[in-house]
Amino acid sequence: MGDYVRQLPQGSADMARPPSFASRFHIDVPLLLLLLALTTYGLFVLYSASGGQMSAVIRQGRFFLIAYVVMIGLAQIRLQTFARAAPWLYAVGVAALVAVAFVGVGAKGAQRWLEIAGFRFQPAEILKLSVPLALAWYLADRTLPPRLKYLVGSLALLGLPAFLILRQPDLGTALLIAASGFFVLFMAGIGWRYILGAVVVAFSSAWPVWQFVLKDYQKQRILTMLNPEGDKLGAGWNIIQSKTAIGSGGWSGKGWLQGTQSHLDFLPESHTDFIIAVLAEEFGLRGVLILMGLYLLILLRGFWIGVQAQTSFGRIIAGSLTLTFFVYIFVNMGMVAGLLPVVGVPLPLVSAGGTSVVTLMAGFGILMAVSTERRMVTA
Amino acid sequence: MPNNISLKDQHLESRIYGARTITAILIVLALLAVVLMRYSKLQITEYEKYRVESERNRVQLQPLPPKRGLIFDRNGVLLADNRPSYLLSIVSERVADLDATLAELQALLPISESDLEKFHKKRKWSRAYEAVPLRFHLTEDERARLAVNRHRMPGVIVDARLLRHYPHGELFSHALGYVGRINEQESYDLDEVDYRGTFHIGKVGVEKYYEDILHGEVGYQNVETNAHGRVLRVLERHDPIPGADLVLNLDIAVQQAAFDALGDRRGAVVAIDTATGGVLALVSKPGYDTNLFVNGISSKNYSALRDSLDVPLFNRAVQGQYPPGSTIKPMMAMAGLQSGLVTPETTVPDPGWYKLPGDSRRYRDWILRIRGTGHAPRVDLHMALRESCDVYFYDLGRRLTIDRMYEYLHPFGFGERTGLDTTSEQRGVLPSTRWKREARAQVWYPGETISASIGQGYMLSTPLQLAMATSVIATRGLRHPPRFLYSINGERVVEPDLEPIVTEDAYWDAVYRGMRAVVHESKGTAKKLAKGIQYEMAGKTGTSQVIGIPQNAVYNEADVAERHRHHGLFIAFAPLDAPTIAVAIIVENGGGSSVASPIARHVIDAWLLRDAG
Repeated sequence: MGDYVRQLPQGSADMARPPSFASRFHIDVPLLLLLLALTTYGLFVLYSASGGQMSAVIRQGRFFLIAYVVMIGLAQIRLQTFARAAPWLYAVGVAALVAVAFVGVGAKGAQRWLEIAGFRFQPAEILKLSVPLALAWYLADRTLPPRLKYLVGSLALLGLPAFLILRQPDLGTALLIAASGFFVLFMAGIGWRYILGAVVVAFSSAWPVWQFVLKDYQKQRILTMLNPEGDKLGAGWNIIQSKTAIGSGGWSGKGWLQGTQSHLDFLPESHTDFIIAVLAEEFGLRGVLILMGLYLLILLRGFWIGVQAQTSFGRIIAGSLTLTFFVYIFVNMGMVAGLLPVVGVPLPLVSAGGTSVVTLMAGFGILMAVSTERRMVTA
Repeated sequence: MPNNISLKDQHLESRIYGARTITAILIVLALLAVVLMRYSKLQITEYEKYRVESERNRVQLQPLPPKRGLIFDRNGVLLADNRPSYLLSIVSERVADLDATLAELQALLPISESDLEKFHKKRKWSRAYEAVPLRFHLTEDERARLAVNRHRMPGVIVDARLLRHYPHGELFSHALGYVGRINEQESYDLDEVDYRGTFHIGKVGVEKYYEDILHGEVGYQNVETNAHGRVLRVLERHDPIPGADLVLNLDIAVQQAAFDALGDRRGAVVAIDTATGGVLALVSKPGYDTNLFVNGISSKNYSALRDSLDVPLFNRAVQGQYPPGSTIKPMMAMAGLQSGLVTPETTVPDPGWYKLPGDSRRYRDWILRIRGTGHAPRVDLHMALRESCDVYFYDLGRRLTIDRMYEYLHPFGFGERTGLDTTSEQRGVLPSTRWKREARAQVWYPGETISASIGQGYMLSTPLQLAMATSVIATRGLRHPPRFLYSINGERVVEPDLEPIVTEDAYWDAVYRGMRAVVHESKGTAKKLAKGIQYEMAGKTGTSQVIGIPQNAVYNEADVAERHRHHGLFIAFAPLDAPTIAVAIIVENGGGSSVASPIARHVIDAWLLRDAG
């Protein structure tokens, strides 16, 4: 093939060259550029949200550095290896969750952390990746769309960690993990009747869940979302202030570092979960559109990688990780704007924090592994 | 894996996957559109609302209360001052749990029930986001404790402001009045803008009368505050205009002399600068410490003042209405001379009693009880004044008739408010047939004219009215309305005089001589005053029967006897050749004028000899 190409003076010259730096290191260049753009944008917002502290930016920059290294590292791993490791990762994650239930460390009434050798981590974070991986591994080898018995098996795989996390209690993460599992099933092509069935079950279980599963503070969050003015200084304060921040940004924003809501401490959690409000206040709807544009391009790239994937495993994992990423975006932007109840979901790659950034970028590492696996096959 | 792959329908799988991807993308786009619509709604449609909201968050319009005008006496002695005081206030809208915060504050510093009660009451009618005061006069220690804990208590504000202070406390209580915390009723009547940020208002006396002038004009500043209510910077500032400083006619030395001379007795002293009508001293005893009222008097202290049998809150000088008794006689003498019914030479037989023609009732002269006879077989005006002969004035009164008595006495200021620039002034009673018809729906009896002619019966006058009447005599008919105010911000304020009493100089001379004799002649009723006196004084004693004390208080046995004794009165002016001061004194239940007259000497000494001493 090489010889053939060489005879075409104006053909795709790059194909003739030795593999580029990007392809040698399994890097999906469009995705990387989009992520770089997003994280840079995020650092600017963070600088303002943290009250103009360079230290916060440096700290977050360091997390990004680690996260990019993790991403590129994971991108080097062959997909089969992920598939092979998936059940083990899953087993370790579930075991850790069980451990949390017994020896976990808690804060604010929730037991979510494990402490090993002075390091604290949330096992739930591992599950965010290992649940879709395990499900993809479980389903990829079967005929797709999956038959009913595999569907039941998938639900069991999905249900166990979701239940354990729900007990911590951490409704938000439990739902996110359940969603990531559901996306695997969806991308694996389960029948619409099951999906409709699930929707019906979800709606009909709303009342019993409200009555028996949700804790008071969780109910409160939902009530607060529905009527933030009901408790102006208590739970409603966050939502009122974030809506005020967003709304007062208008089309063009108050200008970088000029947001009064965040700089005068009216906006709670301004550098973490509510950072979109800072962005919206300072950069206006324009800034929000740019952010959403970046997110949309990343999502589209993710879907494209899925469509181009050569194996079922690659396809399914690419599609479900992309959808999970979207859920983060949707839930965070929705809750800050008062569309959804407040759950602890950061704005992906913009909110300050190490764990979520590393987990997300690890997901993009897997996406890159899928993407470059495809190229290597075609090459 | 290779085995499995062969079992799978790769074509179908990617077709399904492609369809699912498209579905997913559509759902993603739909949901992103929902989010985008939400942000557009907030940022475009409702932009104005949230812009205002965030501005309101950020910028607070803070009222800058004006500095209350100071009050000085005529020598520039500060009578009412403003002192910085730290106060604790709460913006309840910023407090999550008010009860918890109040409990926490109570653990840090003493907050009385009445503080709390006032706070809650005020909170009810205060505007949103307005700081409502809870405690005044924080000590340094309390401030330190609050400073340490404040970060835990959003909405709790400690700031300094100027509060009224009366350096002389009780001395000027009835002269100045006091300011107190604005109450609910007042808040409805007050201009909402002018009194933003002002917690105090003049309640009585000069403080109330000149409230508009003393208050000043409120200023404001737009400040940027953070969520904790801390002011970060001032964006715009309009300075308040301080209230005007008042100089009063009061003279602290005269006031002090009157205050001291009255001692522990109940009574009142009013001294007037005859040249202008300016009030040199106005004392009513007992008084009270006006500073108690500035920060909201405790209910215990207040009930003690309110329920005291001595009614310390009652301003006897302007509210107290007493029968003037014999102190009316100089004015009666003027009435007689002006009407032509008597001349200085006219004499009246004095057996010690008087009978109306066709009536067997004897109206006794006070001397009858003492000597068993009259002052002299025949009494003229001079003697009648000097010795306070009742019979002379009974006869004059009868001939004058009550309505002409009214006509001649009214210009001296009786039966009508003098218009002194203070609150709660009473008008007294100058009876007439018309008055009795209107007030009592009864006809006038001739016997009542007899009582009235020596200042008893229906006739009532305030010490202030007596002082003014004395001043009218001293000035030979000039009628300056009595006035506390001398100047506003250094600008002299002159009130127009009332129409003077124009009559023969000889008449004034006759009354002058008679009043001089009261003090300076050996038969004068106040001859003791002349001892060691360095100037000539004109005076008139008076005694008035007690009809009751000014409030329907409950008597206790021990007090009854003392409280049934006659009131002692005295009026005086000096120096005789060119009077500058007129004084009226009443000592409640003093027994007679002998307790009242020495006070006049002290007061006039303080005025006339002020440079000498």
